[in-house]
Parts: sequence; C-alpha cells; structure tokens
Amino acid sequence: MNVIVLMKRIPDLVEDLEVDGSGKALDAELLKLTLNEFDDHALEEALLLKEAAGGEVTAVALDGEEVDKMLFTALAKGADRALKIEGAGAVDGTVPLARVFAEVIRGRPFDLVLTGVQAADDRDGQLAPTVAALLDLPCVEVVTAVHPEDGKVSLHKEYSGGVVGEFEVDLPAVLGIQAARQTPRYAPVSKVRQIQQSATLETVAGAAGNGGGLTVVQMTPPETGAGAQMLSGVDELVALLESKGVLR
Amino acid sequence: MSGDVLVVAEHLGGAFADVTFELLGLGKKLAAAGGGSTAVALIGGDEAMAGGLGAADRVLAVGGPELADFNPESWAAALEAAVEAARPRIVLVGYTAMGMDLASTLAARTGMPHAAFCVGAEAGERVTAVSQLYGGKMNVTCDLGAGPCVLSVLAGNFPADDGHADGSPPVEKLPAPAARGRVRFKRLIEPEAGDVDITAQEVLVAVGRGIGSKDDIEVAEELAEALGAAVAATRPLIDAGWLPKTRQVGKSGLKVSPKVYLALGVSGAPEHIEGMKSSGTIIAVNTDRHAPIFNFAHYGMVADLFDVCEELTEAVEERKG
Ligand SMILES: Cc1cc2nc3c(=O)[nH]c(=O)nc-3n(C[C@H](O)[C@H](O)[C@H](O)COP(=O)(O)OP(=O)(O)OC[C@H]3O[C@@H](n4cnc5c(N)ncnc54)[C@H](O)[C@@H]3O)c2cc1C
Ligand SMILES: Nc1ncnc2c1ncn2[C@@H]1O[C@H](COP(=O)(O)O)[C@@H](O)[C@H]1O
Repeated sequence: MNVIVLMKRIPDLVEDLEVDGSGKALDAELLKLTLNEFDDHALEEALLLKEAAGGEVTAVALDGEEVDKMLFTALAKGADRALKIEGAGAVDGTVPLARVFAEVIRGRPFDLVLTGVQAADDRDGQLAPTVAALLDLPCVEVVTAVHPEDGKVSLHKEYSGGVVGEFEVDLPAVLGIQAARQTPRYAPVSKVRQIQQSATLETVAGAAGNGGGLTVVQMTPPETGAGAQMLSGVDELVALLESKGVLR
Repeated sequence: MSGDVLVVAEHLGGAFADVTFELLGLGKKLAAAGGGSTAVALIGGDEAMAGGLGAADRVLAVGGPELADFNPESWAAALEAAVEAARPRIVLVGYTAMGMDLASTLAARTGMPHAAFCVGAEAGERVTAVSQLYGGKMNVTCDLGAGPCVLSVLAGNFPADDGHADGSPPVEKLPAPAARGRVRFKRLIEPEAGDVDITAQEVLVAVGRGIGSKDDIEVAEELAEALGAAVAATRPLIDAGWLPKTRQVGKSGLKVSPKVYLALGVSGAPEHIEGMKSSGTIIAVNTDRHAPIFNFAHYGMVADLFDVCEELTEAVEERKG
C-alpha cells in the first residue's frame, strides 16, 4: 500500500492573531505556524497502513517556512520519502492548489492519497475531494479508521451524534482524515536532527496557479455581540451558579 | 442569470438534519434578495420526505431508494445533476460531514467559486459570504462574484424555524446518474449506549485540551460530582482516548443544551460551538483572553482552570456543609 500524505502548516490557533494593514490578511510577522493537527493524524494513519500492509509512505508539502523541518519530522516518524514542491508557494485557492498536487501525484505510483480533514485557514473548501475530482478518483472526507483489504479499503466516516458510516472504497482513492486510529506518534528532536543529517528531501517544481474565484473583502475578529460578562473571581462564579438555581 | 437558490437536503436514516431547514430559511432570504425562487435538491428521498419541505418553491428529487443512504460518490453525481437541471445562482450545502464531500466536489467539477465555514451570506449584485476561519478567531468576508457559486454553511447559525412552513411544493423527479460503484456504503454504526447521557444533564462541566492530561480530568470530575453534574469534553480528548465518545460535544459529537455549560480550557472552535450554543448559561474559563469561546459565553473568566476547579469544588462542598 503506497500512501501519499499532503501536509501543511497553519497558524497556531492558541496564539494571538492580528490583522495586517491591508485589513484582509493576518499579520504574517506575528504568526507562529504549526503542523495542521489533522495532517498529523493523516500521517499517523498512513504509517499504520504501511505497518499493516507494507508499501511506502511519502509526505508531500509545498515549500515554505520551516517546511523542511516538518518533512524531516515526517521521515523521523517513519515516512519513507519526503517531497517538497518548489515554486508554487504563492498559490491561493483550493482548486489551483489541487492542480499543483494532482500534477505531482499523477506521475507516482500510489494507492491512497491522505489529507487532513480540513485546515482552519482555508476559506474555500476541502483539498481531498478537489484533488480527487481532478484525478477522477473516489474520495471520502471525515474518515477515521482505514483498514486495508485486497484492492480496496474499508473505512469509517463520522456523522454527528457519534453515528458512523462504514464504507468500502476501491483503490486508488483520496481520503480526508479526521482522526487516526491512535494518537499520532512523536518523533524526538534528536531523531529529527539525525534524519536531517542523513536523509535528503526530494524536490519537484510546481507552477503557481490562479485563484479560486474568491476575493477577500475584509478580515476582522468576530463581533462579540454583547460579549461575555467577565467574572473576577470564584466567589462571583459561585454567586452566579446560585442565581441559576443549580447549587443544591 | 436567475436569482435562484438550490438547497441540498441532508438526511440520515430517513430523517432530515436540522441544518437542512437552516439552509432552507437562508435560501429563501437569498432568493428573495435576488428575485429568484428556492429549490431543494432531495437526493434519495421519498414522497413523505418531500412533504416535509413545505418552505421550498419546488423540490428536485434525484433518484429513489438506491440513493437513500449517503454515498459521497453517488450523491455528488446526483447533486451535479440537480444543479444542471436547476441552474441556480447559489447552491447551499451544510458544512457537515456530508457537505464536506459534496460542496468541494461540485466546485471542482463545475468551476463554481466556493466559500466554506460560512456564518453569513448576502446576495446583491454580487454574492458575498462571511467565513469563520482560524478556529473562530477571524471572520473573513469574501466576494464570490455574480454567481453561480457554492456556499458551505456552518450548522447552528441560521434559524431552522425559517425553513419550516406548510405547503406542498411541486416535486420534479430526476433519475439517479449511472452508479460508478467505487464507493460502497456498508452500514451505519450507532454509538454505544450505557454511559452517562450528557444531553439529559442540567449542568455540564466541559473540559478541553487545556486540561493537559488524562490524569487531570479527575479535577473536573471532582467538580462535576460536587455540582451534581456530568463531565463532557471536546473532540481532541475523545480522540486521545481520555474519555468515551459519548461525552463528546460538537459537530461530530452530541448536541447539548443544559441549563449551565461550564467550559474549562475549551477554545471554542466552530465545530465545538455547534454542539453547545443553545445552552442556557455558558460560562467559560480560559487562560487566553482572545479565545473564541468568550464570544459565545454569557460569562467568562480569564483564569487557569485548575485554580478555578479547585476553588469552586471547595466552595461548593463548603456550602453543602
Ligand atoms: C469535521 C470535524 C468535526 C469536529 N467535531 C468536533 C466535535 O464534535 N467536538 C469538538 O469539540 N471538536 C470537534 N472538532 C475539532 C475542533 O475543530 C477543535 O479542534 C476542537 O474543538 C478543539 O478542542 P479544544 O478547545 O479542547 O482544544 P484547543 O483548541 O487546543 O483549545 C485549548 C484551550 O485551552 C486553553 N487553556 C490551555 N491551558 C489552560 C489552562 N490551564 N486553563 C484554562 N485554559 C487553558 C487554551 O487557551 C485554549 O483556548 C471537529 C473538527 C472537524 C474538522
Ligand atoms: N498548501 C497545502 N500544502 C499541503 N497540503 C495541503 C495544503 N492545503 C491543504 N492541504 C491538505 O488538505 C487538507 C485540508 O485542507 P483544506 O482543503 O485547506 O481545508 C490539509 O489538512 C492538508 O492535508
């Protein structure tokens, strides 16, 4: 089972985010980026598939800040190859981005392409179904447990309320991963360093494409409405709970 | 171009998801603004289901029982057929587990611009949408052009009441496109019962990743016990195996509306908010004063959840004497 995992770094959502002077984008200088957590799950699921069914895992990313480190970390966790697409860093929009990935993927042997289920910084939809549409492959989004079978995989797709749909999907296919079957593994810094010395990243050229038909008009922190009334201490909290009649 | 809106009806096990009616209400508003009408794409439904769509001007029923169970491949093809037949200006899809398959596939195959994470939309000369990005920390307004376009709308942002009305809109039948059969639905798996029912609690103590470790959930459990409440959680804690799935609140978890929802170390991502927004009183404790949860909470405290848990448990116990 050869698995390609598409990986990306997004702003760390625990940090403060500020809008830049244009009023349409985040202030890049203040941004702290981190691996999209769903991509970490996608990589984990790929590694589990490899452990179960053999084959190779290839991590693929667009060139960008600290992307080398992200890819070396993927290698340290057990990916066999890491591929960096250069020259497409300015691509904005899911469809043009999918074209870049589809072009790179097309030439490689693979059974599965895994992405994270979503990225919190992307306003125009999911990459997995978009790549799948361009390559005319089957696709399922919001996937949790993938099990390899002969020429196909069986998987779970999560609906709401804990209800799960079980599907069977012919290979090759594209899947958007919500959660791996286990907590994503951790690669110690020492191991990443060691890999950085011994392994090399493959590079391939990608073309920057046009946007996806959306123009950003403005970016603002959400209006808070009345906003939360702030409490200054636990006594106020106790009084509040009392007033709501939930303290017995 | 017409000002028509096509709403994708979402259903599972023969029942519509609430979001269908939220979309229908929004669709009527957007259609009225553009002088158009509202159609619903009912994929794999039956006549009885069409009868529940009284607020629509018409129903495009694609396929029958063979499409009754959601299937990303065959439903996407069915939606495309409905779009071809209706030629709408705006297609409204829920930003849900089903919608995430359908909307992006439609956009990729037709070239329609697509905005996801939508919490607002307007249809003037051009279509604009407000997307809630960065886990709820920013709202981005986008211009999608004159149309046609696709909007994936976050559940829980528009009143479902607006999508309910008596009426019997005409039903137009479309055949299901030929099945490609590469994706096969096998079965639905219902969640295991037996645990505490978090939807039936008066008070919930909800913990998020701010709790840090599995062992520390104990402090929340102690507080819950003192309050006669149950512990609920955000998805990452469930994924990590710290609590059972039955405790998950949100998009892929349960929808709860207790009298009091105490959120500890929960950032307030849109997928979580979806499940607890309608709680009576939401109280949030978070160390990040910019955490989106404070935009939805009625009361907030910028504090360490461990301090609050400890002090509050003590205070409640003391009160009981
Ligand atoms: C398709 C899909 C479905 C999803 N379904 C769900 C769902 O059903 N339910 C759900 O919850 N999520 C769901 N998610 C995930 C969601 O996007 C978020 O990742 C998740 O809600 C974040 O959980 P969190 O708030 O616990 O963690 P984080 O976002 O990491 O937030 C942790 C918070 O804790 C605060 N904190 C840290 N330390 C402390 C401390 N000592 N005291 C107080 N505060 C502290 C931080 O400031 C931060 O705000 C879904 C995602 C997708 C893509
Ligand atoms: N620029 C990118 N580089 C690599 N992978 C990406 C990129 N954008 C999106 N992806 C992948 O697609 C997933 C879904 O993101 P999105 O479609 O942006 O919501 C991410 O979790 C990644 O796996």
